[in-house]
Amino acid sequence: MAILIIAEHDNSGLNEATLHAIGAGTKISNDVHLLIAGDGCAAVVEQAVALDGVTKILVAEAEIYADPLAENMANLVASIGNKYTHIVASSTAFSKNFLPRVSALLDVSLISEVVDIEAEDIFLKPIYSGSATATIQSRDPIKVITVRATAFEALKGNGGGAVVESLTALDDMSVSKVVGNHFVPSLRPPLPSARVVIAGGRGVGSVENFLLLESLGDKLGAAIGATRAAVDAGFVENDLQIGQTGKVVAPDLYIAVGISGAIQHTSGIKDSKTIVAINSDPDAPIFQTSDYVLVADFSEVLPELIQKIQL
Amino acid sequence: MKALVAIKRVADHTVTVRIKSDNSNVDLSDTKMVINPYCEIALEEAIQQKESGAISEVVAVSVGENLCQEQLRAALALGADRAIHIETEGNPEPLIIAKLLAKVVEAERPQLIITGKQSVDSDNNQTGQMLAALLGMGQGTFASKIVIEGNTALVTREVDGGQQTVSLTLPAVVTADLTLNKPRYASLPNVMKAKRKPIERLQAEALGVDVSSRTRVIRTETLGRQRVGVKVTSVDDLVNKLKNEARVI
Amino acid sequence: MREVLEFDVVIVGGGPAGLSAACRLMQMGEDKRALTVCVIEKGAEIGAHALSGAVMESRALDELFPDWREKGAPLNTQVSQDETFWLKSEHSAWRVPHTFLPNGVRNQGNYLVSQGKLCRWLAEQAERLGVEIFTGFTAKELLFNETNVISGVVTGDMGLNTKGKPKPGYMPGIELRGKYTLFAEGSRGHLGKQLIEHYELARNADAQHYSLGLKELWEIDPKLHQQGLAIHNFGWPLNGQSNGGGFLYFTEDSQVAVGLVVDLDYRNAYLSPFDEFQRMKHHSTIARFLQGGRRISYGARTLTKGGYHSLPKLIFPGGLLIGCEAGLLNIAKLKGIHTAMKSGMLAAESIYIEVSGGCKGGQELVSYSENLRQSWVYDELYSARNFSAAIHKFGYCVGGIFNVIDQNVFRGKLPLMIRNNQEDHAQLMPIAQCDAIEYPKPDNILSFDKASSIYMSNVYHDADQPCHLHLSDSAIPLASNLADYGEPALRYCPAAVYNIVEEKNERRFVIEAQNCIHCKTCDIKDPAKNITWVPPEGGGGPVYSKM
Repeated sequence: MAILIIAEHDNSGLNEATLHAIGAGTKISNDVHLLIAGDGCAAVVEQAVALDGVTKILVAEAEIYADPLAENMANLVASIGNKYTHIVASSTAFSKNFLPRVSALLDVSLISEVVDIEAEDIFLKPIYSGSATATIQSRDPIKVITVRATAFEALKGNGGGAVVESLTALDDMSVSKVVGNHFVPSLRPPLPSARVVIAGGRGVGSVENFLLLESLGDKLGAAIGATRAAVDAGFVENDLQIGQTGKVVAPDLYIAVGISGAIQHTSGIKDSKTIVAINSDPDAPIFQTSDYVLVADFSEVLPELIQKIQL
Repeated sequence: MKALVAIKRVADHTVTVRIKSDNSNVDLSDTKMVINPYCEIALEEAIQQKESGAISEVVAVSVGENLCQEQLRAALALGADRAIHIETEGNPEPLIIAKLLAKVVEAERPQLIITGKQSVDSDNNQTGQMLAALLGMGQGTFASKIVIEGNTALVTREVDGGQQTVSLTLPAVVTADLTLNKPRYASLPNVMKAKRKPIERLQAEALGVDVSSRTRVIRTETLGRQRVGVKVTSVDDLVNKLKNEARVI
Repeated sequence: MREVLEFDVVIVGGGPAGLSAACRLMQMGEDKRALTVCVIEKGAEIGAHALSGAVMESRALDELFPDWREKGAPLNTQVSQDETFWLKSEHSAWRVPHTFLPNGVRNQGNYLVSQGKLCRWLAEQAERLGVEIFTGFTAKELLFNETNVISGVVTGDMGLNTKGKPKPGYMPGIELRGKYTLFAEGSRGHLGKQLIEHYELARNADAQHYSLGLKELWEIDPKLHQQGLAIHNFGWPLNGQSNGGGFLYFTEDSQVAVGLVVDLDYRNAYLSPFDEFQRMKHHSTIARFLQGGRRISYGARTLTKGGYHSLPKLIFPGGLLIGCEAGLLNIAKLKGIHTAMKSGMLAAESIYIEVSGGCKGGQELVSYSENLRQSWVYDELYSARNFSAAIHKFGYCVGGIFNVIDQNVFRGKLPLMIRNNQEDHAQLMPIAQCDAIEYPKPDNILSFDKASSIYMSNVYHDADQPCHLHLSDSAIPLASNLADYGEPALRYCPAAVYNIVEEKNERRFVIEAQNCIHCKTCDIKDPAKNITWVPPEGGGGPVYSKM
């Protein structure tokens, strides 16, 4: 019962998300194959060979996999897909793009954003922006799934011993081509899709104090947000506003600093997985809608938090 | 050039979701239903392309039970020229929806097919891509901009870390992301006119598609979203809980 | 130039009155000349803004649709048991024997309903009969023709920013014209308010009186549920600070509707209807049912309770007032749905006869007023005419005894007129003269804070739109209301719309218009009459599903 994980990488190493996908895979089977497609990805293969839990690595080296189009990636995976009971990838923009095509080509369904694997055919996934979950059973002969990286342990370890097999590249499907890429690595993730959000309210008190939140955001690769009150008070720009008005966020971790918790803000964060509120007022309403509560002056605790917290 | 827009009937995302008492599924009784916000954006895009002359006809299509005709009427009120309802029982899986839509594409021969990138109920983000694969077409997912030039579409896509622009040979499938546009309001006169427009109705079985599901929902649960507000006593305590209890870092 | 859409009849408001009128108009036209009728509703869907207890008499529905059972009208729970409690204190209560209760609160044979569900059913019937229903559109302004006749309404603009300037996608409102326009906006409708002023419709009436009804839906432990049980209570916690009382109705699916109605003629500036409601639920007569249960919905809406003495003139050239817009609630019975529906039906009948006869509209439909006067609606209002004023004047004990005698023995025919002509907002006393009321903190099991409560009303408004709560004088809240009355808006608003914020030693009066659940309390109770509620952009507001 071999399963196939699709790797995401940048030619120098595997994307962190893939390690989590492999971790998820090992819950289903011991025979885990990893597909690496790219152009000049030897370093990635080397890293992969050393991983625990991976029994075989399939490598497809070709120019068309350099910045792979969904069409070509999907055709490649579909061409070998029926040898496997499961095909797994981490839920990223990359795999969300092509994995549904794979499913359709193999005539099986796709279960997206799995957060728990109850059995080889039973998966738990969030629905309605995470305000509910559905447990789904699939009777497809091949189970194609994407997994939410944060829900599974990343596979680390240096077991090694994977066999490497070469795959022949397929022809370009030639219905599309990449015209350009515009990556902005230094900017923060966009609020609606950020995994971690740090937000400040009127209680932050000043533009300068918001810099503390930015530092915490830097440490966690987080997006920075604010309440309407903070925007109105001039601490930050309008586009950071979270709430019914501004943006709705659904991060894994939401840290509210100096936010009292008015409804028009809390409705914009209700689907966050974990909400932490830091406020010096022990009666702040936001404490009713948080998972963890730290009654303290943020200017005292944030520096310590920045120091001690890691992703 | 014809555009086909697939729209889905979903519960309004501002309304709190309720689960049936036997946990079998979501309870949609007495719930306000709307066009999926991303589908609305897809429809708006098609209408704007029509207004700029790139497209001559916008056809809206929806798969589901009778009531989704409400959303098709809303699409007509917003500016779709025609509407097609593919009647099925319940809510089919994305693959089945894609197969049904593929049949409509074969009959209608649109040059541009636009769907929303995902629906706010299942959050799957699959149907557009599956449809493209079944049709052997190119795709531009999570689109924030679409420019039609001759028989090519230039699609700017929102990806992790930035944007990518792809050029697609038409016909192709595009899925709409949040920043593509801001949908318009339907005017009262248009709402009224839409009520009189015909909706073409197709039966799923008659299209020759096997609509039996391969997946079934065993259980649905809310997260019991009573956030308990656990008081942490120190930064160390907080970091520890976030790491070992909440598992978010 | 605005676009124009014409109908024979335009109906403003998709509640029981408006929808009944619409149905009746089409019924009158069946097999004869059909009129074109439209209903315009500001909520995102029919029922989105509908909120009521409610115990309903089926009398009007029996007349409108004699086969309502076959048609599946949502009257599924009949009252099987009535109980009334006088809550003497937080910890004690006395069950009031039936003999000591006015007839009107004996409910056997009546139905426990959800007004929202009822409206959705009425809307289905209306559409089937050919009525055009437009939801998510507001009636923003009155449309007068050159001779001071109402010729319809102007719908609200969509897509204006906070400064009132058009955004991309801006859509101007249209003129919705009708030969007759029925105003059915419910209690304290903003257009009704303008009409009453413009045509001096209340010239010969007492001041109108209002209550604020707060309600929650709970799913309770099935073992504790008794479908068909209707409980009313009075006394604690209002304790004479305001008149009013609570209710607990056991409907279908192990659900209960629990609520408190607070008369808005209260004097104590410390009174917070929301907090009174929250603490009421802790009384054992209520808490014993709610424990282990789960709150699923919250909402609030004013009721118009002045009744007979406060009835304005209901007709003016080209238009009519129906339902709670007119003030037809029977306070002695605590019921207004049946009178609202009947008034809609009578209005429809008058209009149909006029319009189908070829008349161009724009008249004062005297036949409507006359027919209403001849109908059971009028009989009910007349016999209930002293009920509320008696309690207002004499308090619960004496007033209550009077009511029992008046209603049960004399059937409301005692030749007395007990009046209350003081406006609700003018009753508020300066805060310096009021005894402070300390409300307990919510325990988040039975009682909750405003923020989490409004969340349960699914309220939503696009933030980037003009504020729909207009202050005639923006200085008043801080300059006088605060000093004199402690700025009661902070207390009477059940949605935490009004706040005073301190920043760098400066105080600001902040209006969080997005929280507004369209209850109209501020429009009624502000002591300076400084606040005018106008409809925000259509489709916004709460989304009640089974309230």
